[in-house]
Amino acid sequence: MIDEAFVDLSRLQFAITALFHFLFVPLTLGMTWILVIMESVYVMTGREIYRDMTKFWGKLFGINFAVGVATGLTMEFEFGTNWSYYSHYVGDVFGAPLAIEGLMAFFLESTFVGMFFLGWQRLTKRQHLGVTFLMAIGTNLSALWILVANGWMQNPVGAEFNYQTMRMEMTSFAELVFNPVAQVKFIHTVSAGYVAASMFVLGISSWYILKGRDLAFAKRSFSVASGFGLASILCVILLGDESGYEVGEVQKVKLATIEAEWHTEEAPAAFTAIGIPDSDEQVTHAAVKIPYALGIIATRSLDEQVTGISDLEKKHEVRIRNGMIAYEYLQKLRNGEDTPANIAKFDTLKDDLGYGLLLKRYTPNVVDATEEHIQKAVKDSFPRVGPMFWSFRIMVGCGMIMLVVFALSFYYNAHRVIEQKRWLLKAAVWSIPLPWIAIEFGWVVAEYGRQPWAISEVLPTFLATSSLTVNDLIFTITAFVIFYICLAVIEGWLMLKFVRLGPSSLHTGKYHFELEKADKQLDQGAQS
Amino acid sequence: MIFDYETLKFLWWLLIGVLLIGFAITDGMDMGVAILLRLVGKTDLERRTVINTIGAHWDGNQVWFITAGGALFAAWPMVYAAAFSGFYFAMMLVLFALFLRPLAFDYRSKLESAKWRNNWDWALLVGSFVPALVFGVAFGNVLQGVPFDIDNLLRTTYQGSFIALLNPFALIAGLVSVTMLVGHAGMWLQLRTDAEVSIRSAKFGRYALMVFITLFAVGGLWVAKMDGFQIISMPDTQSYANPLGKVVTTAPGAWLDNYSKIPLTMIFPALAFVSAILAIILSKLNKPALALVTTSSMLIGVIMTAGSAMFPFVMPSSNNPNISLTMWDAVSSHMTLNVMFIAAIIFVPLILSYTTWCYVKMWRKVTQDEIQNNTHGSY
Repeated sequence: MIDEAFVDLSRLQFAITALFHFLFVPLTLGMTWILVIMESVYVMTGREIYRDMTKFWGKLFGINFAVGVATGLTMEFEFGTNWSYYSHYVGDVFGAPLAIEGLMAFFLESTFVGMFFLGWQRLTKRQHLGVTFLMAIGTNLSALWILVANGWMQNPVGAEFNYQTMRMEMTSFAELVFNPVAQVKFIHTVSAGYVAASMFVLGISSWYILKGRDLAFAKRSFSVASGFGLASILCVILLGDESGYEVGEVQKVKLATIEAEWHTEEAPAAFTAIGIPDSDEQVTHAAVKIPYALGIIATRSLDEQVTGISDLEKKHEVRIRNGMIAYEYLQKLRNGEDTPANIAKFDTLKDDLGYGLLLKRYTPNVVDATEEHIQKAVKDSFPRVGPMFWSFRIMVGCGMIMLVVFALSFYYNAHRVIEQKRWLLKAAVWSIPLPWIAIEFGWVVAEYGRQPWAISEVLPTFLATSSLTVNDLIFTITAFVIFYICLAVIEGWLMLKFVRLGPSSLHTGKYHFELEKADKQLDQGAQS
Repeated sequence: MIFDYETLKFLWWLLIGVLLIGFAITDGMDMGVAILLRLVGKTDLERRTVINTIGAHWDGNQVWFITAGGALFAAWPMVYAAAFSGFYFAMMLVLFALFLRPLAFDYRSKLESAKWRNNWDWALLVGSFVPALVFGVAFGNVLQGVPFDIDNLLRTTYQGSFIALLNPFALIAGLVSVTMLVGHAGMWLQLRTDAEVSIRSAKFGRYALMVFITLFAVGGLWVAKMDGFQIISMPDTQSYANPLGKVVTTAPGAWLDNYSKIPLTMIFPALAFVSAILAIILSKLNKPALALVTTSSMLIGVIMTAGSAMFPFVMPSSNNPNISLTMWDAVSSHMTLNVMFIAAIIFVPLILSYTTWCYVKMWRKVTQDEIQNNTHGSY
């Protein structure tokens, strides 16, 4: 029987480690490009302030990057340590993009990141810019391959189940790479990273302007961040990954739960801006609806329907019943009765095998499931509506606020009056956490929304675990929490220290605290 | 497909070996450097020279390890699944140790405080010694067979304990791993630092190599006596991957069978011993560049010795030898191996060339003067 507590703890550990890792990744993704922009201006104009900007924001980037690298190791280990059946069942497909990520992207990023920090004196200007550029390319290619792997979990194309090896096997590498879900996720995720980095630079530069220090430095940084940020937030919003929600069955489930779309509406469906979803009654109370909006967002058309939860339930029930038969034939094939007739029968049903496996939660043998088990499994085939509905709205809400902040910052910066708009500068400082909130909730929408599947329609999460015990997990989760809190405290403290110091931390003698010190020394000299 | 399934399976066995060798020569060296840090660097400035010899490279070097893990996942998913979940606490120990390194490298010299720097030096030591030891220990356990089982739906279960991993043979293997990396790192530091630091590094490197030679010989004699695994019969190696279809027995000394079957493989243990001895002599003659080349060939020798002794086994099972994982039957499908092979032959040469460019650009003796003149631009 499935130990629910054990499965929940396995998921909790993965969620904690992935969400924590994902606090550091977005800044890395965006910051590399901001550094490329700043350093390009330096190389083209030769003005040293741009070199100082590259170095200073590069320092903050480095403080963040170290934790990103460290916590990324966990993700590499965890599929094997905690999701070993998953690793066996889909390693043939899922492992490939991860390995290629290492070969093609992570090597590039990591080799050149060291040169970025320590190569200033040993490389020519152009060589160093090249290094920065390759670091940015590597970082972003990394995200591409990780999201190819992740996109496959959402929409497993280019692969087929093989009963002989008892796993999914790749049938087309091109389909895997050009998976439409992976493509939209890539664009959405990297631009979200650019937004995070822009907000980080924008907020901190605003703080310097408010304090009236290092104005030339801060205003130039503000310019870069407002322009790059505005372009990026538009990209995130206009190319939101909703466009991927009509591809693949589980994506449809996500869309229906995000919108609390209990029953299929006539096209074009209205968008429930806000409301209180009630899973028992299958209604949304106090709903405020915007006509046509959902149909347009989700299907990019006025005449295509968005499927509601009740209709999806009916489809899932059929597939669960098919899955039971598929499992029966799988048992036959595994036990040596691999006659051509049995193989042919299994092949017609194997796409529904995953749905049959959902019944393992109630009966290990699957084929003896009762009506009650089937009905329970149908209910299981959806994530809960509440968390999906709210996570999505928090994400979008943060995005909208950021759009306003970036747009105004860009506008007033272009008119060179940003220093007078102190309210906007304050808003930019307070907006620093928004991208992270949006990103973490976006992760919840994408990955919690995938439940009950580890691989959509293929492998239920509760079957994907390792053969460990509840105590093993309590021990390691505790260790992760303690260790990660320590990392966060050290990182946060160091980051704040360097943010406060500002460009004076470069020890060039040209910036605020050093000038102050020099002034004092001059005064003292004059007095004596 | 470029090659038939059997050939690709063999090529992937070699490629995993190449990645492990890459890992040992580069990231393993960084681990050795960090282990030596407190021994060869007495003052903060001395320690900074040591750290800055690998400052620009440790992150790229670490990717050999990460890519080896990714390649294991993609090419030998059963091995990745069984080993990582079976050695759960050992893996977690390695993971938590590895967390310390990126932070220590990056944060250590950001603040002036002696206490802050001293703590990070300890973090570097622990973060490097633990993985170096545990990887060797894991190898030692694999050679003895790992207590795991596989059911008909190919779910693996591990029946051993963490404490059982720390048996005498495995600890010797662990120390072999630590001493070979420290020896290798000693030659690197002799070459890339100057004055006292260089002299101390050479000395400790040579000590480590002497211990390595002894322990490697002891380990070899032990392997000759202990139970090795032998395949009696197995399904067609061109056919689909099926770890449940073969018959395996164990016999004392069976790990040496491959050496008598293909005597040419004896070149690998010989390479390990001869290289280690040569490295000691070259270091003594103050030829550290050549010594570094020979410690690199020593690492190749050690890894290939283990690989060729066990071939085709990757992770034998002491519980049920028949389900032992081999490089014939714990592998990915023909298509995946093919795609991954193409990726590897494109990218490994590229990686080697730009890595070389970086090493060439950063090549110099790191001196205390240099650190003092660029105190905010160095680690």
